[in-house]
Amino acid sequence: MGIDWFPLWLSLRVAGLATLVALILGLWLAYLLANREFRGKEALDAAVTLPLVLPPTVLGFYLLVLLGRQSPLGKLYEGIFGAPLVFTWQAAVVAALIHSTPLLVKSSRAALESVDRSYERAARNLGASEWRVFWRVSLPLARRSILAAAVLAFARSLGDFGITIMVAGNIPGRTQTMAVAIYDAVEAGNGALARTLVLVISATALAILFLANRLAPKQASG
Amino acid sequence: MIQARIRKRYPPGPESAGFTLDVEFNAAGGVTVLFGPSGSGKTMTLEAIAGFVPPEEGRILLDDEILFDAASGVNLPPQARHCGYVFQNYALFPHMTLRQNLAFAAASSRKRWPRLERHRRVNEMLERFHLTEVSGRRPHEVSGGQKQRCSIARALIVEPKLLLLDEPARGLDVPLRAELYEVLRQVRDEFRTPILLVTHDLEECFELGQEMIVLNQGRIVQRGAPRGVYDQPASVEVARLLGTYNLLPVEITALDPVRKTSRLRVGVHELHGPYFPGRLRGDRVTLCVRPEELVASPADGKPGPNQLAAELLRYAERPQTIRLEFRGDIFAEVPRAAFDRNRHVKDWIIEFPSQALRVF
Repeated sequence: MGIDWFPLWLSLRVAGLATLVALILGLWLAYLLANREFRGKEALDAAVTLPLVLPPTVLGFYLLVLLGRQSPLGKLYEGIFGAPLVFTWQAAVVAALIHSTPLLVKSSRAALESVDRSYERAARNLGASEWRVFWRVSLPLARRSILAAAVLAFARSLGDFGITIMVAGNIPGRTQTMAVAIYDAVEAGNGALARTLVLVISATALAILFLANRLAPKQASG
Repeated sequence: MIQARIRKRYPPGPESAGFTLDVEFNAAGGVTVLFGPSGSGKTMTLEAIAGFVPPEEGRILLDDEILFDAASGVNLPPQARHCGYVFQNYALFPHMTLRQNLAFAAASSRKRWPRLERHRRVNEMLERFHLTEVSGRRPHEVSGGQKQRCSIARALIVEPKLLLLDEPARGLDVPLRAELYEVLRQVRDEFRTPILLVTHDLEECFELGQEMIVLNQGRIVQRGAPRGVYDQPASVEVARLLGTYNLLPVEITALDPVRKTSRLRVGVHELHGPYFPGRLRGDRVTLCVRPEELVASPADGKPGPNQLAAELLRYAERPQTIRLEFRGDIFAEVPRAAFDRNRHVKDWIIEFPSQALRVF
């Protein structure tokens, strides 16, 4: 009996793309939260944290409402790309993004805040713009912690089930990711397939954790 | 020339009492030292000038440019202030080599030098501060002295109008300290950049400072040449901060403006001092006299005029002298040789030379 590897490749692709977007979005949010004072900062912080505490099905429901074919965002997407977003593999990317960004923001913010303030002050004192301070001083000094966080975010994206099944569904060969395929195999009584997939995803997760630990700095700052 | 009036309140926290920084001073060329104990507001003053922490009230002018003015809402960002800042831990970027640290500074400067000019300046600075050989190393791979020179070179490469140094000698051993003083004298004389330096070390004030500003609890309590401040502290508070004075409660028992003399009662003894203008007979004041101004000798008979009999409690070795502590909180310093002969004597006579007596 051949095993259909499509869910694994889909999961890797979805998680990779989601991590890339999460890294850009997460770094920007982390920078805002770590360095800037503005109105609504605490509200933003709470909103970013929310996906960590809400049940995935609830998040999935929100996304369906927000991105569904009747919603403004959903209509906009359909207008641009000619097809609805929900129940496609792209929707799975959005699901993974929502699932992994909070973790990335939290860790990146902590990493940026743990950079000794005097380095940033020194750079400003020499005339460096805030943009230059961030790219040339803060980010390189927090680099390892942020990379470790990105690797963990990738692992988290790989494992999402609840949000994905709500917004991307369970269409074999199109939107069925690893986690969903395992659920499907168990439901169908295909124990052998479920066991194989579980072993594969466990091994992948273990490898990722190992990598994250290797990346994480031994001391607070280099 | 820097002119600063800075006022900032720090509200009391769970572990700290409230604190108000309220200073006003100006400083021209050369080295001006902000001297005071920890927590007196020295570093806060530097941070306010550099623009890291804005004051609540006041105004800061550097060469007629307004850096900060609370009344009109001017608050230039640190990038636009042209004040070089040398941090206590040097704050050299650990992920860059020494050359890259200087190159980063040259490229960050608002002067927008072309690439070749930047390169030339970096090389020149490395050369002048004897860093060329180690320019390819990271900060953690070079010695403390090299880090120190690099941090000063990095601050100077952008041609600041003022150099701010936060306790540059803290935690340095003696040879490194001497090297630092040498480098700073070079900065003062060759670069001609005015320097504002923070320290709690009196020797440093003498080594470098043309001018010394004494801070305590957020206020300026005296300013002047280090020698002048040391010889004539303006108050008991300053004498206590300098940490080298005998401070004894005395009562003025006689004042003679004609013969320019006075008499002071210390416990059961009486001392003859100079005339103290503005004092009255019966005033209870604090006598202020330095340990090395006192003359201590083993007791042989009754104390004469301006002499006190005192019991030696303990003594401490100093590099050149011995510091004696007598009953009644009196300290005196005597040369080693004079003390070695009388090591076991308990009863001493201490002479207070009349011209050395100051009261507050």
